[in-house]
Amino acid sequence: MKKIIIDEEFCKGCGLCAEACPKQLLKIGSKLNKQGYPLVEIESSDQEKCVSCALCARVCPDVALKITKPEK
Amino acid sequence: MKKRLFVKGNEAVAMGALEAGCRYYFGYPITPQNDIPEFMSREMPKVGGTFVQAESEVAAINMVLGAGAAGGRVMTSSSGPGISLKAEGMSFMAGSEVPAVIVNIQRPGPGLGGIDVSQADYFQAVKGAGHGGYHLIVLAPHSVQELYDLTMLAFDLADRYRIPAMVLGDAMLGQMKEALVPHAHQLPEDLPPKDWAITGKGGRAKGNAVKSLYLADGELEAHNWHLHAKYAQLKEKETRFEAVGLEDAELILTAFGGAARIVKTAIAMARKEGLKVGLIRPITVFPFPAEIYRTATAKTPKVLCVELNNGQMVEDVRLSVDPMADVRFYGRPGGTGSLPDPEEIFAQICKHYKD
Amino acid sequence: MAPNEQTVFQRPSSLKEVPTHYCAGCHHGTVHRLVAEAIDLLDVQQQTIGIGSVGCSVLLYDYFDIDVVEAPHGRAPAVGTGVKRVHPDSVVFTYQGDGDLAAIGTAEIIHAANRGELITVIFLNNTTYGMTGGQMAPTTLPGQVTTTSPYGRDVTKEGYPIRVAELLAMLGGTAFSARVAVDTPKRVMEAGRTILKAFEMQVKKQGFAFVEVLGACPTNWGMSAIEANERVGKEMMDYFPLGVYKDITASG
Ligand SMILES: Cc1ncc(C[n+]2csc(CCOP(=O)(O)OP(=O)(O)O)c2C)c(N)n1
Ligand code: SF4
Ligand code: SF4
Ligand code: SF4
Ligand SMILES: [Mg+2]
Repeated sequence: MKKIIIDEEFCKGCGLCAEACPKQLLKIGSKLNKQGYPLVEIESSDQEKCVSCALCARVCPDVALKITKPEK
Repeated sequence: MKKRLFVKGNEAVAMGALEAGCRYYFGYPITPQNDIPEFMSREMPKVGGTFVQAESEVAAINMVLGAGAAGGRVMTSSSGPGISLKAEGMSFMAGSEVPAVIVNIQRPGPGLGGIDVSQADYFQAVKGAGHGGYHLIVLAPHSVQELYDLTMLAFDLADRYRIPAMVLGDAMLGQMKEALVPHAHQLPEDLPPKDWAITGKGGRAKGNAVKSLYLADGELEAHNWHLHAKYAQLKEKETRFEAVGLEDAELILTAFGGAARIVKTAIAMARKEGLKVGLIRPITVFPFPAEIYRTATAKTPKVLCVELNNGQMVEDVRLSVDPMADVRFYGRPGGTGSLPDPEEIFAQICKHYKD
Repeated sequence: MAPNEQTVFQRPSSLKEVPTHYCAGCHHGTVHRLVAEAIDLLDVQQQTIGIGSVGCSVLLYDYFDIDVVEAPHGRAPAVGTGVKRVHPDSVVFTYQGDGDLAAIGTAEIIHAANRGELITVIFLNNTTYGMTGGQMAPTTLPGQVTTTSPYGRDVTKEGYPIRVAELLAMLGGTAFSARVAVDTPKRVMEAGRTILKAFEMQVKKQGFAFVEVLGACPTNWGMSAIEANERVGKEMMDYFPLGVYKDITASG
């Protein structure tokens, strides 16, 4: 499942989330959004490794990330 | 019989404000208007209102901006240097369409100038004082009763048109004591609701914004045309003046505020001598009562404008009169020992009457 | 959302769902979100009134789903005073930059604090005038190069950066004054708690509450977002230490 949802209209590719991720799952890719900003990416295989800690989302100045976790 | 009080002009302003439902006053001390904040500090708490002595006129006008934006009936008062400091705030209020009343009890300038009678701030008042090209409603009382009545009116006009209104007095009017007949304020029933006011969304679908910044294509131009239309509407509907003895006048005197008092006495002297002299006294100096000047001078071309400055309102008079009119000026800037007496103006009437 | 999912983090509802005009990595966005979270947590969106200032954050009404008044440069605390006196039960906050609050608006912030106005002030200190192109601010660090201190701020001529949180803590009317930062997840969470506290104190009518947030301006610092974010911890905190400088509700 997708634990981290990236809103491509909001992301500005600043990279602060990638710095914050303890698992280093995020990186800035080459794809651009409508405003011309490069977008943050996560390999779909890495979604599994995400621990839903939301540290990435908390430092994101653009509120571009939504984090979920599986119900226990 | 109606109750008559004997009060100072400055107090009449404050009394009129309270009667009109003003419950917020923000100000900073400056001569010759200190009776207003002093009165407010004493009386506001008794009616559950707010008095704040601000740290400066800059702060005071911005408190007024906030309280007006929040929908309150709010006032500030000051003089000369203090009105200069309020200019930026008044520009924001005009741009953001925040109603409020600003009182200027004029003193002479420029700079610190003096504390006596003067009408040196006519330009400042009718041109809006601050940047960006806007107008305030400007009411020019000439008696203690009018200070009271026109302050009340200022609140209603400000609310009706969403515009800051100024009461333009002077040290003579503010400091003198005269009979005043107080009366209940009749709040007009057709004032528009303040549905634009900042109250907290309170369930509204959209938040209100009171602002003057317009960045989108064409937005600011549209806003300025909207303000312009409001000024045109004011000219059409809210122009006020007093006209006396124009029917048989050979010479029309014109003056506003404190100067008009001296002129009235001088005209009485002239009439006694058989001189046919009339008077036009603007009560609103913005909007300026242009029409009465045009029609009156079509019949009586000679006009003498008297001001307690070096010639300011005379420019508006010249723009208003019939093209064939002959507009003359007599004035003295204020300062200690510089107030003309009625005899001095009477001498001017005699001089201009003849040639 | 699938039924077996639980949301851990999402946009607060007081923040409109629109992208901001801020530069990539600008901390204004982070601080906006923390303010919106505080409003949501206290459930006061319907009675909250924002006072915008002049600086990069001038478009407050575009981003917050609340009522907003625009104030002239530096005057937000005076405008907030007027609003709060008319609506004493509303929640009024100003949002100001360092040029706005610590230069042109010095008198207004000091006197609003000293009167103990029941408002909350959020102050974003990014050591520069962001909106006008990175000129020297009262908070510019000694030696810092800006567009009007091209040789670096010379304290013998240009004075010292003003520590506003400490300054306001000295005033009788101040109930709460703190400095926080948003450069690491931990500090963001601490900043969020502090901002929440500053709003809560207003709701409880405990007094004037002030939060200074150290923020990055990557554009005018001439840095990448990541470098600018690092500068906050590496350079700013030495001069502007984080901490609570006054809290009348603290015990002991
Ligand atoms: C009276 C006045 N003077 C100057 C300006 C120009 N001005 C606009 S924003 C600004 C500085 C903003 O800096 P800051 O408050 O630090 O906000 P930032 O953009 O850094 O967030 C200045 C000087 C103005 N709008 N009004
Ligand atoms: S922090 Fe936000 S804006 Fe920056 S790269 Fe990550 S998701 Fe995009
Ligand atoms: S939620 Fe935590 S683990 Fe998952 S991507 Fe974000 S920071 Fe990394
Ligand atoms: S100029 Fe600086 S303060 Fe302004 S939006 Fe860009 S990064 Fe933020
Ligand atoms: Mg700044």
